[in-house]
Amino acid sequence: MDKIPILKIGDILLVTIQVDMHDQLAVSLQDDLTARIVKDHARGVLIDISSLEMVDSFIGRMLGYIAAMSQALGAQTVVVGMRPAVAITIVELGLPMENIQTALNVERGVEKLQRAMDTSDDGTKR
Amino acid sequence: MSPMEPETVELKTSEDIVRARQRVRTCMIDHGFGLIDQTKMVTAASELARNTIDYGKGGTMRIESITDSGRTGMRLVFLDKGPGIKDIQQALKDGFTTGQGLGLGLGGSKRLVNDFEIWSEPDKGTKVTITRWR
Repeated sequence: MDKIPILKIGDILLVTIQVDMHDQLAVSLQDDLTARIVKDHARGVLIDISSLEMVDSFIGRMLGYIAAMSQALGAQTVVVGMRPAVAITIVELGLPMENIQTALNVERGVEKLQRAMDTSDDGTKR
Repeated sequence: MSPMEPETVELKTSEDIVRARQRVRTCMIDHGFGLIDQTKMVTAASELARNTIDYGKGGTMRIESITDSGRTGMRLVFLDKGPGIKDIQQALKDGFTTGQGLGLGLGGSKRLVNDFEIWSEPDKGTKVTITRWR
C-alpha cells in the first residue's frame, strides 16, 4: 500500500500530502507520524495540504487528531498551504478548525513553529 | 454543453469514495463548472458517499447532467438499502451522529449545494439527491 512520506528537517517533521487520501491512508499516517515524533524527538510537525483539492469532514477530523496526538507528545502541528477554494468550502461545510493551527505556506509555517519552540525553550515569551 | 449519459458508481469501500470524488470532479470540469463549484460538489459527494458506506452499508452514486430553462446542473443521487434514518430532522442537525464522525455530513453537504432532497424509511434505505447549478 502507498504511504505518505515524512521528512525530517531539524526538529520539524514535514508531511506533504500529495495523493487523494482514502481513509486507510489517513489512519496509517497517524500511526507513522506519531512513531516518527517519538523516534526523531520532533518538536514540530508541518502538514502541507497544498496538493489537496478538497478537505472533507473525515480529513478535517484526521488533521485535528494529528494535532492533538502531536501535542500529547510535545510537538506542535501547523497545517499549511490550504487552497482558497478548500478554505471557502470547509467554512460552509462547518468544519471546526479552532484546534488546528494554520499558516499560508511552508515558510510561514516554519516561522510559526520556530517561534513556538523558542518560547518553550526558556519558558518565557521573547 | 453536451449532456452526459447517467453513470453509476458503486460505493462499498473507502477507495470507492476516492473514485466517486474523482468522477464528480471530472464531470464538473467537463460541464464547465468553476473551481469553487467543483470543490463544493466534490466535498458534498465525499460526505454523502461516506454516509452511504458507513450508515447505509454500501450503495451507489448516480451522476447525471441536467438542463432546466437553459441552465446546466449536475445531479448526484446516493442510494442505499440500509437501515434508514429514524429522524431526518435530527440527522440534518450539525453535530448529530450515531457513528464516529463529526456529524457534519448531511447538514454540511446541504449547505454546499443548491438543491437537496432526502428520502429515508427505516429498514428500507436512504436516498439523497443533490444538485448544483452552473
